Amino acid sequence: MKPAPFTYHDPRSVSDAVALLATHDNARVLAGGQSLMPMMNFRYAMPDHLIDLNKVSELAYIRVENNTLNIGAMTRQRDIEFSADIGQHCPLLHAALAHVGHRQTRNRGTLGGSLCHQDPSAEMVNMAALLDATMHVVSQRGARDIPLADFAVAYMTTALEPDELLAGVTFALPAKKHGHAFVEFARRHGDFAIVACSTMLALDSHGNISNATIALSGLSHAPLRPAAIEQALLGQKPDAATFKAAAAEAEKISAISDAYVSSAYRQHLARVLTCRALEQAAAHAKEMQHG
Amino acid sequence: MADTRTISAIVNGKSHTATIETRLTLVDFLRHELKLTGTHVGCEHGVCGACTVLVGGISARACLMLAVQCDGLEVATVESLAADGKLNTLQQAFQDNHGLQCGFCTPGMLMTLTEFLRDHPEPNEAQVREALSGNLCRCTGYQGIVDAALDAAKKMRGTTR
Repeated sequence: MKPAPFTYHDPRSVSDAVALLATHDNARVLAGGQSLMPMMNFRYAMPDHLIDLNKVSELAYIRVENNTLNIGAMTRQRDIEFSADIGQHCPLLHAALAHVGHRQTRNRGTLGGSLCHQDPSAEMVNMAALLDATMHVVSQRGARDIPLADFAVAYMTTALEPDELLAGVTFALPAKKHGHAFVEFARRHGDFAIVACSTMLALDSHGNISNATIALSGLSHAPLRPAAIEQALLGQKPDAATFKAAAAEAEKISAISDAYVSSAYRQHLARVLTCRALEQAAAHAKEMQHG
Repeated sequence: MADTRTISAIVNGKSHTATIETRLTLVDFLRHELKLTGTHVGCEHGVCGACTVLVGGISARACLMLAVQCDGLEVATVESLAADGKLNTLQQAFQDNHGLQCGFCTPGMLMTLTEFLRDHPEPNEAQVREALSGNLCRCTGYQGIVDAALDAAKKMRGTTR
């Protein structure tokens, strides 16, 4: 229950950090430590070199520019939670963060750490899927952007090469007048969800659905965007029959199973939570339209 | 060869300098190097909350931080609460409301609530329960702890205003 020995590095800049990553084998990057530290305590992870990014201040920022929200990888969940900018431009992130761990873990945990850990039902990973996130990755070889859809390559495995570092994330900001919802089912408050569903809905001047996005977590190794369901909602009335039909389709998506939760139960949750999320988002969209 | 660093941290207002292995967790540094055994080690993977301390005034799991990360920072542990052998308002409220039985989770509960009541001086019960959601207690069923937090909040409002 103690970390195995490693050599500790605390670079002060991204260029120093990627230089360390390029020169050391079996190196791991330490962000907020809320996932990697338990893995090191259990010795699931035994890096020879630990590259601590907590002093790389250029990686912590929140910027709203041209309908995008740009967040540095080392921005703490706490700082996102208390950001007035995010409250104004992307309140859904706040709704999702309320389900992330606990006060003590959000105080240390970072956006980049959560995305690189890639727990299949992590709330921040779900948000990245819903908000079409682009991952900005750097190494000594240069920089590249990875769309979220290509970032998770397998269960808790990202497309990052061993010498690469996630530096920041760009989220597409939703149009102003839309409704949103984030719902999940977990065994206890603060646990990773079994299934989570987030959605954004916009209504046209006739009150019909003009835009619909849905992200479902917990069914696969990464959150998925059910494009067919999103498309089928367009032009529909935001009523119970529409949402019931959409939810029935969500239940048909194939789901993983593990020792605790069967795939049938995950599919059941996908139906219930999709319906609940759409109802909440529609109610919110109507408020926005009349407010 | 063990990888070591010399760090200086201010723990409960007192400056400490020590040469430590870089793999030493903050909680083991507090307990084994500084002999501040008030902070308890429970699960060692960030679930139980028994090791909660304040780093720079903000709560953190001391089992999920390395001591080397606290170089130059201020750390407050449960030992900072009582002054001159007298329990502070929050600690007294725990005693008065049966907020502990075995006491193992208590240091973490107290430090979590120290931050929470500082930031939320007028909490309701639901807020207290959410604030405590990251601290496990296997004895009390939480009711006494929630009562203690609400009682302390009331008394702290009375004494500080």
